[in-house]
Amino acid sequence: MSRRPASFFLGGRRYSPAASLLLTAPFLLLVTFVFILPLAVLLRESLFVPEPTTAHYARAFAEPVYLRVMLRTLVIAVLVTALALVLAWPLALVMSRSRGLLLGLLAAAVLLPLWTSVLVRTYAWMVLLQRNGVLNQMLQGVGLTSAPVGFLYTQGAVVLAMAHVLLPFMVLPILSALRGIPEDLTRAAQMLGASSWSTFREVVWPLALPGVTSGCLMVFLLALGFFVTPALIGGPQQMMISTLVSQQVREMLDWPFAGALVGILLLFVLAIAVVFKRAVRLERFVGSA
Amino acid sequence: MGVRDTSQGQVALEALAKRFGPVKAIDDVSLRVGAGEFLALLGPSGSGKTTILMAIAGFEYPDEGRILIGGEDVTWAPPNRRNLGMVFQRYTLFPHMSVLENIAFPLKMRRIGRAEREERARAALETVRLGGMGDRRPSQLSGGQQQRVAIARAIVYQPRVLLMDEPLSALDKNLREEMQLEIKHLQQRIGITVVFVTHDQTEALTMADRVAVLDHGRLQQVGAPRDLYEAPETVFVAGFIGETNFCEGHLDYPAAAGEPVSVALDGGGRMSATAAQALPAGGRIKVALRPERLRVLPAGNGPAARVKEAIYAGNATTLMLEDEAGQRLRARIPAGGGLHEPRPGDHVRLSWQTADARAFAA
Repeated sequence: MSRRPASFFLGGRRYSPAASLLLTAPFLLLVTFVFILPLAVLLRESLFVPEPTTAHYARAFAEPVYLRVMLRTLVIAVLVTALALVLAWPLALVMSRSRGLLLGLLAAAVLLPLWTSVLVRTYAWMVLLQRNGVLNQMLQGVGLTSAPVGFLYTQGAVVLAMAHVLLPFMVLPILSALRGIPEDLTRAAQMLGASSWSTFREVVWPLALPGVTSGCLMVFLLALGFFVTPALIGGPQQMMISTLVSQQVREMLDWPFAGALVGILLLFVLAIAVVFKRAVRLERFVGSA
Repeated sequence: MGVRDTSQGQVALEALAKRFGPVKAIDDVSLRVGAGEFLALLGPSGSGKTTILMAIAGFEYPDEGRILIGGEDVTWAPPNRRNLGMVFQRYTLFPHMSVLENIAFPLKMRRIGRAEREERARAALETVRLGGMGDRRPSQLSGGQQQRVAIARAIVYQPRVLLMDEPLSALDKNLREEMQLEIKHLQQRIGITVVFVTHDQTEALTMADRVAVLDHGRLQQVGAPRDLYEAPETVFVAGFIGETNFCEGHLDYPAAAGEPVSVALDGGGRMSATAAQALPAGGRIKVALRPERLRVLPAGNGPAARVKEAIYAGNATTLMLEDEAGQRLRARIPAGGGLHEPRPGDHVRLSWQTADARAFAA
């Protein structure tokens, strides 16, 4: 008779708890020491330095400057999400119905920016938008404007550049949702008497909605904490919350207040994740379970 | 299901042609389907049967020819304006709707009120024997149940014609046979015209009033199942429908269709047969003879053969025979008929009715 092996090796379709723990340990250690621990320290600063207090949090909401930054962050994140959705939906629609060279080209156009450094992409936008940049030269060349227009350091420029940077996070979940709709399903709808618009409204849109929600949440949450692009393209006029945090830490050396700002952002993100709990089901990002 | 205008269910294809690059997917096909008729489009893959169905549905537009439904030219009408029903190969129920919502969908598209929608959807669900399943999601149903719902959804709005694209191919054998009869009975009960695409000849013969056999985009023969099996008009139909022995040879004199002929076989000897079509003098000939029409008798005077192998299959025994010229033949002996059942190695004598051996120009 053979002997029953140690339970460590017995898992069937899943790994045994011990094996799972061992395999994920390096990553969990990294997360604990590099993410959770520093975050905890920062949040503790915001609540217990110099003595137990909520003054740092109150200050963020009391002073109009900081309130404006938080509000602007929210507005920019919403606008970025909306613009990315408007750009991504038709693109994903075409990509879901194409193959071969066209699909390859479109996929490259979407993904290439993702593989380039954020800094490079942001400087590219600065080259385009600055006073003697490509856009101003073109506008003056065709005689639409007589003097350079200040595109840079405007909210529009920040939204445009951020939407571009974050576009893949919107396109990919929508594309994967659209790809999951079999062609015969839309054909069936048409056979049953649905016009193109009804087919879209009754079948395509409801089935793509989970992908749209995932994409919107992803882009919105990433936009809330975006740093490089708003800092360089928006300048001080368009300061967002992460730039403010960085300023507090590096210039004011006010760690407790920076911690309070981080705490507010974190709470807000968590609140949204909880509210949209059904929509942010993690398996959508991992692939269908 | 109400009284329908019988002329509405007629389908006519007139000289239909469709090319995909150099390939002729549909090659000059003309076909009429009567109202209330069950017509099967049968052929191997690439025969054009699905392309024809897609053209009737409105998902493919022909290069030439016309499609008429109920006398109305619909060649260029979009699918949603044709008022046809269709059941697809794979399950095409909307996953985000309940079973009842799925069936009510075509009624909703026709702007029928909520109460009537629900009533008619429930009635359709009863028709396919799934009453009480209305609140379930499609994913909670088995494959056979899902296809039944798809059928209910396709007939609830009383379309002029029901198109079916290999709707049973994803089901296992027993369920498939059960569903074949169920669909057939349903079709007879509501009197709807059905155009049914399949590559399964048994399915076509079991279900259809008439079968249209296609090969390489060309219509080979249209006829009742019995005619196709007993009197195939082309070599392709003889070989495609059922099992057939082919003996090759030539004919020294011309013959008109239906005339008895004596074919000089390549391996020597002559074979008596009936011309299935007009045969030219000196042309190559293929004689088709069904295994069950070949009689196997104890050795004696007449064409002789030797039993190479005997395969027992319960209801019949198939003999693999080889005659003196090396021609291989199959013969099927039904069980329980008290017929001569030789063993491998035995010498036997072969016999057949001249009418059962059909000679084609090869």
